[in-house]
Amino acid sequence: MSEDHNLKLNEDQTLRESIDLDAARAKLAGPDAPRFWQSIDELSNTKSFRNFLENEFPANTEIDRKTFNLERRDVLKLMAASAALAGMSACTKLPPEKIVPYAHPPEEIIPGRPLFYATSFPQHGVSVGVLVESNMGRPTKIEGNSEHPGSRGGTDLFTQASILALYDPDRSQSVLNEGRVSTWSDFAARTSNARTGLLATKGVGLRILTGTVTSPTLGSQIHALLSQFPSAKWHQWEPCNGDSAREGARMAFGRPVNTIYHFEQADVVVSLDADFLTIGPGHARYARDFASRRDLADGAASKLNRLYVAESMPTSTGATADHRLPLRSSEIDDLARQLAAAVGVAVPPSANASSKIPSGWVAAVARDLAAHKGSSIAIAGEQQPPFIHALVHAINAALGNVGKTVTYTESIEVNPVNQFESLRELVNDLNAGQVDQLLILGVNPVYDAPADLNFEWALRNAIGSRTLKQCIHSGLYNDETAEFAHWHVPAAHYLESWSDGRAFDGTVGIIQPLIAPLYDNHSAHEILAILTGDSGRSPHDNVRAYWQSQRPEKDRAFENFWETSLHDGVMAGTALPSISVAPHVDFTSQSNAQSASDPSALEIVFRPDPTIGDGELANNGWLQECPKPITRITWDNAAMISPGTAQQKSLATGDYVTLRLAGRQVQAGVFIVPGHPDNSVTLHLGYGRRRAGSVGTGPGFNAYLLRTSSAPWIARGLQIEATGQKYSFASFQQQYTIDVEGHPADEESNAAFNAHRDLVRITTMEEFRKDPNFARDSELEKDISIYAKHPYDGYAWGMSIDLNRCIGCNACVVACQSENNIAVVGKDQVTRGRAMHWIRIDTYFRGSLDNPEMYYEPMPCQQCENAPCEYVCPVGATTHSSEGLNDMVYNRCVGTRYCSNNCPYKVRRFNFFLFSDLNTPSLYGVRNPNVTVRSRGVMEKCTYCVQRINEAKIQSEIQNRTVRDGEIVTACQGACPAEAIVFGNVNDPASRVSKLKTQSRNYGLLEDLNTRPRTTYLARVRNPNPEIKG
Amino acid sequence: MAQIFHRSTNLISRVSIFGSVGFIAVLGFALYEIALSPWYTGQHMKLQQPVPFSHRHHAGELGIDCRYCHTSVEKSSFAGVPPTQTCMTCHSQIWTNSSMLEPVRASYRDDTSLEWQRVNAVPDFVYFDHSIHVAKGIGCTSCHGQIAEMPLTERAGTLYMSWCIDCHREPEKNLRPKSEVFNPFYEQPSRIHPVKYQGVSYTDQHELGRRLRADYKIQPLATLQSCSTCHR
Repeated sequence: MSEDHNLKLNEDQTLRESIDLDAARAKLAGPDAPRFWQSIDELSNTKSFRNFLENEFPANTEIDRKTFNLERRDVLKLMAASAALAGMSACTKLPPEKIVPYAHPPEEIIPGRPLFYATSFPQHGVSVGVLVESNMGRPTKIEGNSEHPGSRGGTDLFTQASILALYDPDRSQSVLNEGRVSTWSDFAARTSNARTGLLATKGVGLRILTGTVTSPTLGSQIHALLSQFPSAKWHQWEPCNGDSAREGARMAFGRPVNTIYHFEQADVVVSLDADFLTIGPGHARYARDFASRRDLADGAASKLNRLYVAESMPTSTGATADHRLPLRSSEIDDLARQLAAAVGVAVPPSANASSKIPSGWVAAVARDLAAHKGSSIAIAGEQQPPFIHALVHAINAALGNVGKTVTYTESIEVNPVNQFESLRELVNDLNAGQVDQLLILGVNPVYDAPADLNFEWALRNAIGSRTLKQCIHSGLYNDETAEFAHWHVPAAHYLESWSDGRAFDGTVGIIQPLIAPLYDNHSAHEILAILTGDSGRSPHDNVRAYWQSQRPEKDRAFENFWETSLHDGVMAGTALPSISVAPHVDFTSQSNAQSASDPSALEIVFRPDPTIGDGELANNGWLQECPKPITRITWDNAAMISPGTAQQKSLATGDYVTLRLAGRQVQAGVFIVPGHPDNSVTLHLGYGRRRAGSVGTGPGFNAYLLRTSSAPWIARGLQIEATGQKYSFASFQQQYTIDVEGHPADEESNAAFNAHRDLVRITTMEEFRKDPNFARDSELEKDISIYAKHPYDGYAWGMSIDLNRCIGCNACVVACQSENNIAVVGKDQVTRGRAMHWIRIDTYFRGSLDNPEMYYEPMPCQQCENAPCEYVCPVGATTHSSEGLNDMVYNRCVGTRYCSNNCPYKVRRFNFFLFSDLNTPSLYGVRNPNVTVRSRGVMEKCTYCVQRINEAKIQSEIQNRTVRDGEIVTACQGACPAEAIVFGNVNDPASRVSKLKTQSRNYGLLEDLNTRPRTTYLARVRNPNPEIKG
Repeated sequence: MAQIFHRSTNLISRVSIFGSVGFIAVLGFALYEIALSPWYTGQHMKLQQPVPFSHRHHAGELGIDCRYCHTSVEKSSFAGVPPTQTCMTCHSQIWTNSSMLEPVRASYRDDTSLEWQRVNAVPDFVYFDHSIHVAKGIGCTSCHGQIAEMPLTERAGTLYMSWCIDCHREPEKNLRPKSEVFNPFYEQPSRIHPVKYQGVSYTDQHELGRRLRADYKIQPLATLQSCSTCHR
């Protein structure tokens, strides 16, 4: 993934054709505007788009020839040789195997049966409850914990992918001293010695740098340390750290209280640049609560909530909105003030009046809010300055939402501080030579500190000038910060260590290990124990002893409490109590410091990356290859701009540009995003890592190089300049496009016909009440086939996907990858359309380039009853099961690819190479033992998690009963935080899936092809405010 | 034009044409025989084990129940090979000085596993489940052969797909009453050895099998033969 590979000189015309945005606009405005579109390439009908549309696996002949440089004769020779050898591949004797039973068996383990343990996944300090599947002592899959308030059974893609980090071969494996391999005991001895010296000086010059800490045990250890060494200081730093929310609360209430939203009770939600469904504390829970209000079980009588989103970069939350207003992040200020004034909060008008807010918009939203006093929510995003957060608190108070849809608790953090200030203080001390012992626990400031603080320079200088005598870094990877530290201690993964943490509402979850550390890994608790003189204490003893000291229960009662907490994954009754706080009246007047700015000046907005976050997860192949929402880019970040800005600056997707901001510069590829506001550039953080590992080192550019502590999220005065080079992106945007039209013989009749063939079907609540059957294909004549009908006497598995609930968060994509041993293929292969995901989330746009509506559609295998793939397989490798699954038999497949060629939904994936990594022993651990690992030359696809179906069937048969509804949960269904996917037996009219399929919104894709798909969709019903047009 | 080849060469061409047909047939037959030979299938091959464990002695002569050692056979896909601790429940009392059992004692003492050579194995893309087979009236000996008469354990069948599907096509050939599943001496019903099931004496396996297939609610043949029943 070197830069040279991505960069192509201008002459290389195979990369992209120039796209005429004006023509695209004209097409959208014209009479033959497409009903839905997926990419700008589609609107321009480019060659590369046709290539992807007409072939499932486009023949990149030009690129292939260049890569492999094969002559025709060589191809013939190779073909002859392969044909001759093909038969021989079956002639293998089974290799001898060993059975190695325990000498003394542990309790509970039944060989061949998985066990599930509850633990918590710490996500930037905020913990999310999970259940982890363990196969013979080996954690393999993460599921949500329905008893945990931060999860309620749902997960997100980060949680799902966290298991891969445990087995990451690039993880740091041994203690390093000055870059040389050392041992933990050596480190412990040296640190104990240092402790003796520090005791004498009361810890002068000792500094500890951690991320956000909510762990009560870790907090008590740090406090114990600080009381032993009163002159020591504790700093906290994370690049995406919640400072705006913290400072906003401080501004409004005088202290950093924690805000909890209750979306299940909210009829109207206004989001000011907040992507609350996919990011930030509690997002998995919020997604579940929010989706529960998008349910249409009661048909036209259902009461949907309404979501208004004003945002810059289009996000999943924006795509879910009923009204999305693209505004530059800085213009949100004006909107927030207008809205506050309209609901009765006295606030001076903005210095930056925005011309982009449609007249009447604010008034209409305010009326809607006023009509739902006590059942509405206003929420601000982390990119917005503290003032907006404070203003939102005031709006919620004015609307009477406090105590109903919005509640407050004390902060869940051990010590809530302003992390930018905290890091600045540390850097100043480093520069002043006042730090001689520095302990960095689990953060990577050399990579992600603001550019103006120049942490790397300060650290190197302090080490070089010997004022900093000992710098200890603990982390999962030997990363940018570890490079300079005197000591590097490999941190224990959360599945290897004891700890605890608080959820977004304060509920404590114990982190219990699923496996002993794979290498010489040690947790922060162990390092701190050495410094506090408790080095004999294991992390388990530390956590247990802390809670023993905190709880009223003693002896047996405590034992019960402890066991229950471990078993459930939550400590009952530890949610923080609600407090009653009222916003200050005077903060609105004191803060109008924002200076007026030129509205045409280019603005830059930083955001954590939707898949790899702030960069911590950069070495995770599942997350790198997961297409980002809306843009569907993989393996990269980009300078995201609007179509309007692209035209104004004469830029196109793939142009390589230099971005200059306040004397700093980076180079990036441009990507045009429909729905992005003009005069603004969005950069995602987390890329351009220097020492992330073999996966994470390289891709993208480092946006932190432009980010300063004074303007961490929004900055003005960006200059953008084309370099004349081109950058190639691996975007899914035009891949797997379903060819709805096919090759129509008669254009006239097909136009009307195609209206019935929309892949996504959308209406508004108003229209839905008039015509609940809008999604139905009335003209369809079903059950005509030249083949005999399959009888389904027993079970008939089917799936229903509710488009009204789906938030496009990608949790299903990663969960499927984890459950089904799906390989990662790398950027080059993704570019060729060879990514292996069994479920993808198609994204459709409707309407204009500048503010299109956005729709998500998860696409697993449709498991057709009349499956086109089955008829064409020459070797019977894909056959119909008696329960309606399109079985895929890997050991029979010879790789003709006829099946994928015949699949109208393009859901089949082919192993063009040996994508599964069979050479890295540590990756054996992450694989599901119940799913075959596929080899080269084999077709694969979604199986409805047939391993789970069979498991449930076997258990039910042994117990002499039938499979209960809800007993089988597919991986995508289990991971979905929004409960959009339901799986079950469609032969049972009482099953949940059958009931969903009887809803009037139910429709299948391309049903007129008579494929009779078992996966059907519930059409989306938007709930726009009738007062707002467009 | 004069003939290029002399008449006598006709013989050569005949011999080579028929000979090659014969050669291919012989080659095919040889390959077929090799594919079914114990060398290739592993059937009836005795493997070198750390301890020469005798099923004839333990299961046959002593009559120890299969499940005493193979504890997970009713609960899991894997029947389970006993931990050393199970061996030592008896062998801490009897044969305590036998040199043959020294590896077992060493394993128990040092907490190191015994490493057995796997006798019955299917390829990794096949997902066989013991629990469902024993729950549905397939006896141990149906697949594992006359285990109670084996001094050293050997693979009784080829474990080829044809061998598996033979029974999945016609399960009544092998079904037996659930009470007889773990009986290593069970014999299929005949005039000489009728099998009693629910008060009825059966002398014909097909008759008994059909009855059991209905009683035990064996999945329909279409399901038993669906690919995903065994391959995932």
